[in-house]
Amino acid sequence: MIPVILGIIIFNFLLLHMAPGDAVDVIAGEAGAGDAAYVAKLRAEYGLDQPLIVQLGRYVLQVLQFDLGHSFRQNMPVSELILDRLPATLLLMLVALAMSFLLGLTLGVVAAWRVRTMTDNVISVVALLSYATPTFWIGLMLILLFSVTLGWLPTTGMESIGAGYTGLERIVDIGRHLLLPAVTLSLFYMAIYTRLMRASMLEVYGQDYVRTAQAKGLADSRVAFKHVLRNAMLPVVTMAGIQVGSLLGGSVLVETVFGWPGLGRLAYDAVFQRDFNLLLGVLLLSSVLVVAANLIVDLLYAALDPRIEFK
Amino acid sequence: MTRLRTLWRHYRRNVTAVIGLSILGLVVVMAISAPLVFPADPWEIVSRPFTWPFQSWAYPLGTDALGRNVAAGIFHGARVSLLIGIVATIAALFVGVIVGAFAGFYGGLIDDVLMRFTEIFQTIPSFIFIFVVVAIFAPSVEIIVLAIAIVSWPPITRLVRGEFIALRGRDFIQGCIAIGMSDMRIIFVQALPNAMAPVIVTASVMVALAILAESGLAFLGLGDPNVMSWGTMIGAGRQVLRQAWYLTAIPGIAILLTVLSLNLIGDGLNDALNPRLRGRQ
Repeated sequence: MIPVILGIIIFNFLLLHMAPGDAVDVIAGEAGAGDAAYVAKLRAEYGLDQPLIVQLGRYVLQVLQFDLGHSFRQNMPVSELILDRLPATLLLMLVALAMSFLLGLTLGVVAAWRVRTMTDNVISVVALLSYATPTFWIGLMLILLFSVTLGWLPTTGMESIGAGYTGLERIVDIGRHLLLPAVTLSLFYMAIYTRLMRASMLEVYGQDYVRTAQAKGLADSRVAFKHVLRNAMLPVVTMAGIQVGSLLGGSVLVETVFGWPGLGRLAYDAVFQRDFNLLLGVLLLSSVLVVAANLIVDLLYAALDPRIEFK
Repeated sequence: MTRLRTLWRHYRRNVTAVIGLSILGLVVVMAISAPLVFPADPWEIVSRPFTWPFQSWAYPLGTDALGRNVAAGIFHGARVSLLIGIVATIAALFVGVIVGAFAGFYGGLIDDVLMRFTEIFQTIPSFIFIFVVVAIFAPSVEIIVLAIAIVSWPPITRLVRGEFIALRGRDFIQGCIAIGMSDMRIIFVQALPNAMAPVIVTASVMVALAILAESGLAFLGLGDPNVMSWGTMIGAGRQVLRQAWYLTAIPGIAILLTVLSLNLIGDGLNDALNPRLRGRQ
C-alpha cells in the first residue's frame, strides 16, 4: 500500500510540474509585475529553481505532513479548503453507497429468487437502464420532475440558507436537499450490485453445501440468510470497495448539477480559476480515500468470511 | 472465418444482444452519414430559437436556445462519442494487453513491478483524473482520448494477466518453450489469441464507459470546443431546463441508447464466447 501512495504522490508531482505556469507565474501575474529579476528571486524563494529531483523530494515531504500547498486564488492552504468541503462529499457518498448497496442487494436477491419470471425480467431491465444512464442527466431529469414540475424538493445547495433551522429541523432540511443528489449518484451503482448479486446468488445456490443444508432440513429462510446471502455478498463487497474512486468521480458531476458544496464542486470551481494546486490536492486526497476504502473492505471481508485472515 | 460464423450463430440467438447490435448500427449510420445529411456546421444558427420537436419538418428535433438544429447536433455528436469511445478503448487495450501479457507470462519480479504500477493507476479515481488532466492541458479530442485511455487499461491488464497465468502451465505453451520458440512469438502468436475472448467482452463495455466519461466532461464544459458533443448539448440545455426541457432530454436519450446498446452487445458476446454458458437460455 505504501508504494502505491508514494507512486500516486510522484505522479501528482509530475502532473503539477507539467501544468503550464507555476506558482510564481501566478503570483507575478497577480502582482502585474513581469520583472525578470523579481520573478527569479521568487523562484529561488519557493525552491522552483532547484533540480527536479530535489523539488520532488520536497514535495513528498510536504505531502506527508499533509501540506498540499497554497491556493493562490483563495489565499488559503489547500488542505484547509479540502477539509472544509470533505464532510459534505462524504455524507453524499456514504448515503448514496448505502442506498445503492441496500437496494442493489435486495433487488438482486429478489431477482435470483424469482429467476426467469416477470419480476426477474423487470428488475433486469431496470438495472440495464440505470447502468446506461449518464448520472448528470438523470439528475437533471429528477430536478425537472420533483423540483420544477412537482415542487416537492429543493434544487440546489445543502440546506436552506438563512432559514435558521436548528436541531431536528435542520437535519430534515439537509435530508430534503440530500435526497435527489443521493438517488442520482446511487442509481448506477445500484444497477451494478443488482446484477452482481443476482449472478452471485444463483451461483451460490448451486453449490453442494447449500444442497446439504437444504437436505438436512434447515428452514428456507435460514439457508437463504445464513448460508447463501453471506457468501453471495463477498463479490458485491469487493465491487463496492473498488468503486469508491468511481463514486468520487460521480460526485463531481452530481455536486455540479445540484450545487452540493463538496469536493467535486471545489474541483469544478478550481478548474475555471485555473487553480492547479487545489485541483491536484483534490486528486491526491481522493486517491488516499480510495486506499482507505480498500483497507476497510479488507477488514469487512474478514468479518464476512472467517477463512480470510490478516497476515 | 468459421469461428466468426459460429460466434454469430450463438450470438444471434440472444434477442437482447441483437437489439443492442441494431441500436449501435443505427448510431454508426448516424455518425457516418452526419456530414451528408447535415452538411452545415452543427454550431450554425439556422432558425428561430426554441422550436419544439415535431413542430417543423426542417427541424424534426427542434432548435436550441440559439436557434441551432438539434438533429444536426445529435448526428454530429454521434461521431464524436463513437470516435472518442473507440479510439480511447483501442489505446487502452494496446497498453493493457501488453502489460498484462508480460506480467502473466514472466511472473516473478516483472509481474510484481508491473502490477504495482498498474495498482497506482487503478487507485487514482478515474473521472477525477480525466477531469484534472483535461483541465490542466487544453480540452481537445486528443487529450480527452489520452486521459480516458490512461485510466481504462488496468482492468484489461488484470484480465490478460490472469489468462496468461492459466495458459502458461498448459501443455501447448510448454511445448512451444521446449522447441525453443522466442518469447515474443509465444506471447503474441500462441498465447494471446487464446486470451482474447474476455478482452473482447470487456472492450465493448469500455467503449460505453468512455462515452459516459466524455459526455460527463463535455457537460462540465471540458469538451473539445471545436466539436459538437452530446454532453455539451446537455450542458447548454441545462441553462434553459425550465422552459425547454427537450434540449436536455434528447441528447441524454442518445447517450443512454448508445451506452445501452454497447452493454447489451457485451452481454451477448459474453454468452456467445463462453462455451460453459451456451444453451443456457
